[in-house]
Amino acid sequence: MSAVTPLLQMKGIVKRFPGVRALDGVDLEVLPGEVHCLLGQNGAGKSTLIKVLAGAHRPDEGVVTLGGEEVRPASPIDAIRLGISTIYQELDLVDGLTVAQNVFLGHEPSRLGFVGRSEAGRATRGLLTRLGHGEIRPGTEVGRLSPAAKQVVSMARALSRDTRLIVMDEPSAALAHDEVANLFRIIRELTAQGVAVIYISHRLEEIREIGDRVTVLKDGRTVAVGLPAKTTPTGEIVSLMTGRSVEHVFPPRPDPGSHEDRPEVLRVEDLAVPGVLAGVSFSVRAGEIVGLAGLVGSGRSEIIEAVYGARRFTGNVLLEGRPVGRGGTGRTVRLGMGLAPEERKSQALLLDQSVTRNISLAGLGRYSRLGWLDRRREAADARALVERLDVRPGDPDRPVKTLSGGNQQKVVLARWLLNERRLLLLDEPTRGVDVGARAELYAVIRELADSGIGVLLVSSEVPEVLGLADRVLVIREGTVIHQGDARDLDEHRVLDMIMEGGAL
Amino acid sequence: MTESQGGAPASPASPASPASPVDVAGPPAGPDAPGAAAPRPAPPPAARLSRLGEVPHLGLVAALALLAVVGLVTVPDAFASASNLVGILSLAATIGVITVGATFVIIGGGIDLSVGAVMALASVWATTLATQSYGPLVMIVCAVLVGAGAGLVNGLLIAYGRLVPFIATLAMLVAARGLAQRMSDRRTQLVQQGNQAIVDLSTTRVFGVPVLVYIFAVVVAAGWILLNRTTFGRRTYAVGGNPEAARLAGIDVRRHTMWLYALSGLCCGIAAVLIMARTTTGSSTHGDLYELDAIAAVIIGGTLLTGGRGSIVGSILGLLIFTVITNLFILNGLNTSDQLIAKGLIIVVAVLLQRRSLRSPT
Ligand SMILES: Nc1ncnc2c1ncn2[C@@H]1O[C@H](COP(=O)(O)OP(=O)(O)OP(=O)(O)O)[C@@H](O)[C@H]1O
Ligand SMILES: [Mg+2]
Repeated sequence: MSAVTPLLQMKGIVKRFPGVRALDGVDLEVLPGEVHCLLGQNGAGKSTLIKVLAGAHRPDEGVVTLGGEEVRPASPIDAIRLGISTIYQELDLVDGLTVAQNVFLGHEPSRLGFVGRSEAGRATRGLLTRLGHGEIRPGTEVGRLSPAAKQVVSMARALSRDTRLIVMDEPSAALAHDEVANLFRIIRELTAQGVAVIYISHRLEEIREIGDRVTVLKDGRTVAVGLPAKTTPTGEIVSLMTGRSVEHVFPPRPDPGSHEDRPEVLRVEDLAVPGVLAGVSFSVRAGEIVGLAGLVGSGRSEIIEAVYGARRFTGNVLLEGRPVGRGGTGRTVRLGMGLAPEERKSQALLLDQSVTRNISLAGLGRYSRLGWLDRRREAADARALVERLDVRPGDPDRPVKTLSGGNQQKVVLARWLLNERRLLLLDEPTRGVDVGARAELYAVIRELADSGIGVLLVSSEVPEVLGLADRVLVIREGTVIHQGDARDLDEHRVLDMIMEGGAL
Repeated sequence: MTESQGGAPASPASPASPASPVDVAGPPAGPDAPGAAAPRPAPPPAARLSRLGEVPHLGLVAALALLAVVGLVTVPDAFASASNLVGILSLAATIGVITVGATFVIIGGGIDLSVGAVMALASVWATTLATQSYGPLVMIVCAVLVGAGAGLVNGLLIAYGRLVPFIATLAMLVAARGLAQRMSDRRTQLVQQGNQAIVDLSTTRVFGVPVLVYIFAVVVAAGWILLNRTTFGRRTYAVGGNPEAARLAGIDVRRHTMWLYALSGLCCGIAAVLIMARTTTGSSTHGDLYELDAIAAVIIGGTLLTGGRGSIVGSILGLLIFTVITNLFILNGLNTSDQLIAKGLIIVVAVLLQRRSLRSPT
């Protein structure tokens, strides 16, 4: 190993934001052709580090050398010219442009200053096909794509340039199981050509599968360098990350069948959305967590959106016996539903606003007397929730956009903990949340259920659905192909069902 | 999208209270005292420093102070006189009231180009002989209702007719002026002898300040409270900042949008009363290009044109800066064309400065 000269070296990187030292002397060394994984809790500084590398932030101290030469990327364009491509954690596509325009944004193939449109289209199609997504059309407007498809476009963009180093900040968060496999295939292709990959993920299984070496960050410092990704014991990695040991992630479940005599919170009869869903019927009882498993695009999110009144449907949706009807989200929220949507940045958060205001958004009614806001109580409740969910930094006045991805997710959940809900709809609730905080969130969700709330959970991580839910619905192509107790299923069975439809 | 008129999303007082919502006592059943051990980044020194830069509207106040100094140096006697300062405020009052409404609309992610025209229409409607025969109180009510009504039409077109705000209010601008010309036969209508109470609003002084300035102050205060202390204000920020998130949080985005334009119209109606008081007339030519001044004031005041961020105080400071500049040019006997150039420059500089201050914390 020592014979190989590192492609990238970052030494003593310090980056301060007002009030926080996001990076406090971080070291990182990446070899050519390796997959180097970056691990750390939410807020550890992973995204900040790669933004420094990508020229999006300028470090206050520290040295970056690429291929033996010191570099100081002052802007994203600089970094791209140096051969560093970045797929950011928060997608950065322009919704109003087409797929091809996004892929070639900033480096359009041009002839005499005219953008070569057909050429860009052709190249884009090639890249998408290589990514296993030939069905995404280069001419489609990006705003119409699903989050997963956007992720693919973002990846195509990174691949469209000549790179020596590709940085991926939680690329798998928006991807389903089979798509992750696809992503890994591409990563292997790249590394075989000598391209190095920095890979960030909170899923340890992925690190095991694709990673070569691991660097662990904690509170803005490097706590371990170059650990072997395949063989380092999980316990060791987790305790390096969190400073403690996380024993078991999923909270204990009540006995099977113990919900049977509880009242139904949600009843869905023959729900259909033209072209997406057909004949979906199920119910959720008080105190029960029902998980929806299925591929991205199978209709899971659509079920949730229809139930929430955010999408037109036919069929019946009843909350505690009352039809949800056509009242829209205003009505469902009033009836007692809450939704933590899939894409927090575009669907859930007011990025410029404080944590407090984001938490209270759906519960303003409880602080208002004739429209007047009781801000003292609002602040006190927000503070309590920030502490309960361990949002970091724990300052409720901070604008949400300065929080790390996982902490933003906690803020979204906090919004619905504030309100007394009858039914919580959670679409990918732990996306981007670290191992330690995940266990805490699971415990919170279970606690909520135990208190009598019904929970409908969507997750692309099958183990999460199986570990947390009491009952599982397997969705394929817009229909329910299996309903049953979570304990009777295992990951392989579920995967078989969602891929081939091998239902019983 | 099934979206519509439900009542305001209140938290449902469910019969069987489920999860005690904000339960601090029960920490999540994490394995270990979660997070307690991890050192949290200490906010104090740097944070406090950065807060200093956040003293709201520091730049605007400084700019205003700078203009005052210019006034004191170039035309010391004329500028600092009580009558001049009162004059500045009276002049600012009319557009000021409109600016309050415009601030709401813009924070809510929209734009209202029709403000000047709606004010003109309201002033004409209130000064027709028919209206005037009912006395000053009815005139005031008429102006306010006409303004609010026109605003409501804007709101309906935008929120439920899905017209782009720019287009809908542009149409209203043209149509309202036309209607005002029709109603008045393009003549300036005088406030009649019997209705002098309207004019008294500008001539009666309390502590040396005309009543209409107090009206302005009350509108500003009410606007500030509405924006900062009520759920309506909160929702305005949410609707402008991220409409999708607002919708999914159970806010009726369309209905709220409609009310924002109605509010702007209401402010135009109040402004119509003030302009009748100041000029003793109602006319279809009142308020020409007020929309530009109001929007410029809002932008200088730091409100994002894309919505979601802004403040009433900023807008009013922006407006005062504009008014003081006009005043200084007049007092110094300078060309009004140069005045326009100066205003244009100020808009650009203000926006550039704000961009920097927006970026610095990141
Ligand atoms: N623009 C900013 N202004 C202020 N603080 C910031 C800013 N960006 C990040 N931070 C802070 O820097 C720290 C590191 O954040 P970063 O996003 O790098 O974490 P992360 O390791 O990527 O976490 P996650 O796994 O949740 O994505 C956090 O405390 C965060 O709040
Ligand atoms: Mg991150």
